[in-house]
Amino acid sequence: MHVYILRRLILMIPVLLGLTVIVFLIMSLIPGDPALAILGSYATPENVAKLRADLGLDKTMIEQYWIWLTNMVQGDFGRSYSLNRPVLDEILERFGATLILAGTSLVLCTIFGLLTGVVSAVRQYGWADKTLTFAVLIGISIPSFWLGLLLMMFFAVELRWLPVSGMYAIYGGGDLPDLIRHLILPSVTLAVVATGIIARLTRSNMLEVLRQDFIRTARAKGLDENRVIYRHAFKAALVNVIPVIGVQAGFVLGGAVYIETVFQWPGIGRMLVNAISTRDILLVQGGVVLVAGSYVLFNLFADVIQHLLDPRVKA
Amino acid sequence: MKSLFKGALTAAALAVCAFGFGHAEAQTPPGVLVVGQIAEPKSLDPAAVTAVNDFRILMNVYDGLVRYKDGTLEVEPALAESWTISGDGTVYTFKLRDGVTFHDGTPFNAEAVKYNFDRMLDENHPQHDTGPFPLAFFFSAVETIDVVDDLTVKFTLNAPYAPFLSNLAYPTGLIVSPEAVKEFGADYGRHPVGTGPFKFAEWESNAKVVVVRNDDYWEEAAKLEAVVFRPITDANTRVAELMAGGIDLMVEVPPDSLTQLSGDDNFSVYEQAGPHLWFLILNMKEGPFKDKKVRQAINYAIDKKALVENVLQGTAEVAAGPTPPAFAWAYNEQLQPYPHDIEKAKQLIKEAGAEGAEVTFYVTEGGSGMLDPIPMGAAIQADLAQIGLTVAIETYEWNTFLGKVNPGLEGKADMAEMAWMTNDPDTLPYLALRTDAWPDKGGFNSGYYSNPEVDKLLEAARSSTDQAERAKLYREMQEIVYDDAPWAFIANWKQNAVSSTMVDGFKLQPSFFLLLDDVVKN
Repeated sequence: MHVYILRRLILMIPVLLGLTVIVFLIMSLIPGDPALAILGSYATPENVAKLRADLGLDKTMIEQYWIWLTNMVQGDFGRSYSLNRPVLDEILERFGATLILAGTSLVLCTIFGLLTGVVSAVRQYGWADKTLTFAVLIGISIPSFWLGLLLMMFFAVELRWLPVSGMYAIYGGGDLPDLIRHLILPSVTLAVVATGIIARLTRSNMLEVLRQDFIRTARAKGLDENRVIYRHAFKAALVNVIPVIGVQAGFVLGGAVYIETVFQWPGIGRMLVNAISTRDILLVQGGVVLVAGSYVLFNLFADVIQHLLDPRVKA
Repeated sequence: MKSLFKGALTAAALAVCAFGFGHAEAQTPPGVLVVGQIAEPKSLDPAAVTAVNDFRILMNVYDGLVRYKDGTLEVEPALAESWTISGDGTVYTFKLRDGVTFHDGTPFNAEAVKYNFDRMLDENHPQHDTGPFPLAFFFSAVETIDVVDDLTVKFTLNAPYAPFLSNLAYPTGLIVSPEAVKEFGADYGRHPVGTGPFKFAEWESNAKVVVVRNDDYWEEAAKLEAVVFRPITDANTRVAELMAGGIDLMVEVPPDSLTQLSGDDNFSVYEQAGPHLWFLILNMKEGPFKDKKVRQAINYAIDKKALVENVLQGTAEVAAGPTPPAFAWAYNEQLQPYPHDIEKAKQLIKEAGAEGAEVTFYVTEGGSGMLDPIPMGAAIQADLAQIGLTVAIETYEWNTFLGKVNPGLEGKADMAEMAWMTNDPDTLPYLALRTDAWPDKGGFNSGYYSNPEVDKLLEAARSSTDQAERAKLYREMQEIVYDDAPWAFIANWKQNAVSSTMVDGFKLQPSFFLLLDDVVKN
């Protein structure tokens, strides 16, 4: 097991390295000059040239990449020119906020997704199954930024039960209850689509497992039906669902871009959107590397769990 | 979905019980004004920023030597009590206000003024590396700054430059505390220290910037205890926050919401036309727009009234010429916008032999002051189709767009959308209409307009120190440019703001700055 994890960790290195190349290339290829973005519409060619030189943008791409990479390996992600502060400070601060949001959503969608899927499968074609399947379909189809606005208008503007946006209250907040109040709307919104996907997959896997021989045997032995479903069938179905939850982690991180914008959550998704539009290359690169790196880790984590649950997965 | 809704409801209900917040959310404390900003500020160093969004904070923390008189774009004394200008317009001597201190307790004096401009302009200045200073060229005419005595400072220019005073009133001319810059260096932008009615208190990234009242202000102290600026980038969310009471005042309200909010007794709506012009640059070097008749035909063919009323939903006014009416003292009242006259346009096109011409039109997806560029571009395309022109639209993201338009349209496009917001009637025509402002000479005249008469008028207006004389020259310039039609003049944006009715004494300024020292929150 340790060998397996170690090997997977070593395999991450070329993945991450390849990732830095791709991120760097994309940022170099998209049109729009960062110097122009900084100087605004008043930029004269002379100013632009001078600033490009100051920023090191006049160097060749390979030189630029090498400088960036070697600095980053040493923990120096550079300085963001749109925010005028070190990239690392900004992305770590932002990433924390995103992890809280995405983590909560992941927990929500896992719990509700598995629950819905199991209930649907056990009551196949029954009233509960039809309702849930229909609800799941709507959940998957609804654009989450729109759902977010809808929930916001209802719970925050009409009922005034919950805050509209932000992570903490501007005054008198900053504690855990305050955070939870701010977290409810965005995390629920973000969880909806992933819940639907997990529910569908759980349902089909459960249906498959429930038809297998060992379930019939368990029932024939006279085991309690709840025990058959949750101890035997569910555990077997889970093996195939876990990796998808790992994938959903990536999906939730990606979805956070919209949700963070709608709810003004100070996370890394919103930061990336702003950074791209201001051509803050170092900030985009640093942010993407961090997000992608953690996605790779998530998947490793999911694989390890699957490995533990299912002896058939070979190391 | 049902279970999710249930989940959401349960979670909400649980939260209500668990954290006992039976009280309504989002009440802001009295005496504290919460302002919804459109973005996180880039920096609070006035020399380093260019965005109106940042200016809105800066104008409340700092003062300049001069400022705009309330409700106008005319200059009046601020940190300088008075000034004299030498006969040839090259030496400005300012008498500074006595007894003013920065928020950090250091004195404001002639040395501090000199320090501020040297930092921006002198590459060898020890704190020049706290830049870049994108608008430093506002003061590029300054040759030397001399400290005459503790409260007198003398600026010597390399040539007469009439917009100098109004550039000093612009945020780039705001005075920062030299000691604070020395202390914080490159991080000064996050630790701003000025002399203004509010002192900087706190900047929590992506959440808020807080400023508190400066009780020792040299003028009457502000009425609010504090102002909180919250960056809320999504316009719908900003409106939702206002409706829920999470912010007291917001600017740049989307037109749809403006209509809705103006019918609501809980909110007050403010509007103010500003020094903004939305226009089309026409490529005069090649293609159909070489001919003045075709350029005039474009101006006749575009239904500007429909654009501002339908596309922009009344958030702008029809523009008559190159100078926005907000520059009241220099604006030519005689000019009337080109009427919407399809027949006249068709006739001009026919006279020019340009029937059925095909033109390429650069449209941007967004950008500073560009309003609603894609629907506007589409409406203009439809208008021009009516006079038989085939318009091919090419759409670009703002930075890419600038990268294509600023170097000139030659060989690429026949027309392009553009918008400018300026602080002096000199700026836009001087940088974008003179022969010497063609892109290859470092200017923004991307359509290659050239009229020696206009060049002469603009140079003369820049050298004159007499406002009435300058006004006369600008009015003359406007008439010529109106007739030459190097641009299609479309709209002047009206800035808007909405506040809750608890807010009193607020007023928008033609400068588009947000001045909060007289505001009261009940």
